Amino acid sequence: MNIRPVLRRSLGRLGLLALVSVLCVPAAGAQEQRLLKFIPQADLRILDPITTTAYITRNHGYMIYDTLFATDAKFQVQPQMVDKYELSKDQLTYSFTLRDGLKFHDGQPVRSADCIASIERWAKRDALGQKLAEATESWKAVNDRTFTLKLKRPFPLTLEALAKPSSNVPFIMPERIAKTDAFTNITEAIGSGPFKFVKEEWVPGSKVVYVKNADYVPRKEPPSWAAGGKVVKVDRVEWIYIPDSATAAAALGAGEVDWWEQLPPDLIPVLARNKNIKVENIDPLGSMGLIRFNFLHPPFDNPKMRQALLYVVDQNDYVLGIAGDPKNGHTCYSFFTCGTPLSSEVGAEPMKGKRDFDKAKQLIKEAGYKGEKIVIIDATDQPIVHSQSLLTAEMLRKLGLNVEVQAGDWGTLITRRTSKEPVEKGGWSIFHTWLVGPDLTSPAVNFALRGTGETGWFGWAKDAKIEELREAWFAATDAAGSKKAADAVQARAFEFVPYIPTAQFILPTAYRSNLSGVIIAPMTLLWNVEKH
Amino acid sequence: MIAYIIRRLFSTVVVMAVVALVVFSLLYLTPGDPAAVIAGDIATDEDIRLIHARLGLDKPFLVQFGRWLWSLLHGDLGTSIFTNLPVTQLIGQRIEPTLSLTLCTLFVAVLVAVPLGVVAAAKVGTWLDRVVMSFSVLGFSVPVFVFAYILILTFSVQLDWLPVQGYRSFRDGVWEWLRHLILPSVALGTVYVALIARMTRASMLEVLAQDYIRTAAAKGLAPDQVLLRHALKNAAIPVITVIGMGIALLISGAIVTETVFALPGIGRLTVDAILRRDYPIIQGVTLIFSAVYVVVNLLVDLSYVFFDPRIRY
Repeated sequence: MNIRPVLRRSLGRLGLLALVSVLCVPAAGAQEQRLLKFIPQADLRILDPITTTAYITRNHGYMIYDTLFATDAKFQVQPQMVDKYELSKDQLTYSFTLRDGLKFHDGQPVRSADCIASIERWAKRDALGQKLAEATESWKAVNDRTFTLKLKRPFPLTLEALAKPSSNVPFIMPERIAKTDAFTNITEAIGSGPFKFVKEEWVPGSKVVYVKNADYVPRKEPPSWAAGGKVVKVDRVEWIYIPDSATAAAALGAGEVDWWEQLPPDLIPVLARNKNIKVENIDPLGSMGLIRFNFLHPPFDNPKMRQALLYVVDQNDYVLGIAGDPKNGHTCYSFFTCGTPLSSEVGAEPMKGKRDFDKAKQLIKEAGYKGEKIVIIDATDQPIVHSQSLLTAEMLRKLGLNVEVQAGDWGTLITRRTSKEPVEKGGWSIFHTWLVGPDLTSPAVNFALRGTGETGWFGWAKDAKIEELREAWFAATDAAGSKKAADAVQARAFEFVPYIPTAQFILPTAYRSNLSGVIIAPMTLLWNVEKH
Repeated sequence: MIAYIIRRLFSTVVVMAVVALVVFSLLYLTPGDPAAVIAGDIATDEDIRLIHARLGLDKPFLVQFGRWLWSLLHGDLGTSIFTNLPVTQLIGQRIEPTLSLTLCTLFVAVLVAVPLGVVAAAKVGTWLDRVVMSFSVLGFSVPVFVFAYILILTFSVQLDWLPVQGYRSFRDGVWEWLRHLILPSVALGTVYVALIARMTRASMLEVLAQDYIRTAAAKGLAPDQVLLRHALKNAAIPVITVIGMGIALLISGAIVTETVFALPGIGRLTVDAILRRDYPIIQGVTLIFSAVYVVVNLLVDLSYVFFDPRIRY
């Protein structure tokens, strides 16, 4: 049977299709020079930076909101929306005056009432905000540009609180939005920041669009972390969420996107070879991994069991496991982010030097460990969590402990860790996570250090002594006193062991070499970036 | 025929009611709490409990189901727990990319697979037949993402002919729309080419063995006329069934392809919702696509009438 005519017809149809395709005129290019395409670390789903501590939402907040104060690269508090401020001689009354020309994206001026409502909402959720609220007698709007904060007692961290750089950041919203219950997501994303959110073009899971806020009045100072002038040098920013890292790398290499926020370790060498791409560490503080225990049930309800692990955790292993390359991480034997004013190695002797399995086994024996099952809940879709889980499990097995890793996804882990049941009834013994450097800089923000028991963070660490020392830190009136008090907190932390810090690591970023002005900061900031 | 259509549509309603109850129940029983995801890593029990209450997730099963069903009967699929956007809007955003990928994939698949299957049947036992069948085995065996990566590496990275990722709407220009769909359609289409080619070949072989085909050839009809006018039409019914199933499967989401090519389709919407426990989206998508599946099957069944006049409903 002759099939040539059949083949000829089919090929003919294919050729026609190709011709039609070639003849179709490509759409005219957009203004690419002023469009910045950015691959964010995660998909933006929640627009409310107060109800969630998710870093992607915090980063979204930095795009569209502004803050009264901000922390700069020298850890100094700088006024941002505030033009001038005063503190009364008795240190009980602050007076703030806003800068001229501040407007929300809906055209309304920023008023004192907006600032007060925003701070009050933030203070309901944030730990440092809650401390400020405890010390607050009242907020009052003197007029639309000036407002006061009356304290019950001096609170030296007032401005640090208002300048808090990481979740939850005290972003300023319109009063009508800030009046939303602090446990209910806001539905409008209106701020006074350097970019406007284009909700009509938002495709959750795929794309977030921001445009330059032409009405924004930046400060004159050069940018420094979240402080200084927020000068926007592009017209439009698109956050393109690409879930597959190989595709993201290819897209960056092909120039389809301009900047990839966080690279997986295995793709760093691939992108570094591309002469059109810069791979850099722009985060000066990095992040810290941690091992968190369940204090409610054996065996880690016993401090000796937790102390035993201090002698065997080798942070160098965790650096490699998390970062893949020793250049992108280092040891940090502190409960406060290394490289920040309060970090030290006070009390860290068990973690330093040669690992001592004999000492650990001795402590385990003293703890009376009877072979209780240790369940590590793992999230295989979170590489940093997963690598820590595997390393910890291996280490515990070397100690002769009865360990089981129960793997799931992140959604399952964060649900399962709410369980206060013993492991036999679906509970857990250990989970791992990681926090960004700014969230671990002091006893005020390091919530994992708390000892409030069942009202605290998962694991429910209980220690009255560490709480007492934390309060003493809040009462410190100068830098020297603050450092001394922080050292005392850390010393107690190494005795009580609320968690074990595993490594300090940096997730490098990669961007096309035609970008300039990328700000070195512990969070990704998109103002000041220029595309040539 | 009308009575048949009405009966089938009625059964769709019954199917959807069962699906609604099963999906809701399964989600209720599945471990995971969207309140915990919303609250974030730095949250306490109390934070999560309060968010839980605000979302109404602390209510008993029947209350939650009743509320959802009531909304459903008013055409409201609910609101995403995370984005606060209506589920219908979220699905609506994804319909165009999903339909575009579906149409292009099936266009590629049918255009390539049917002729291949016809050729393989016409030249059964020859090297041509073996090549076609080997190709179809490869199409089944090689995972879509592997083939996708090879296509990206070759046509996007090395040759810079086509984009790596993303989707452009038809409204942004036909060529841009098509350019962004070529690689995903080819990657995803290989599985369907394999499937349809094999089905076409098998069905054609069965028909070519019939007496009337021998009669047609004996009457002096040209070979392509015998193949296309007599054999293919009669062999079409199983092929149409497979194509119909393919449409339904593709519409419900080609998650791997969508992930690799960063296409904002229904598949990714669903998987992301499952990982986050965004219950309204999961429920809404499952319901809609169970209806789509049933309707597509109905249309496929009705299409048989055009290929085989002996079929009557």
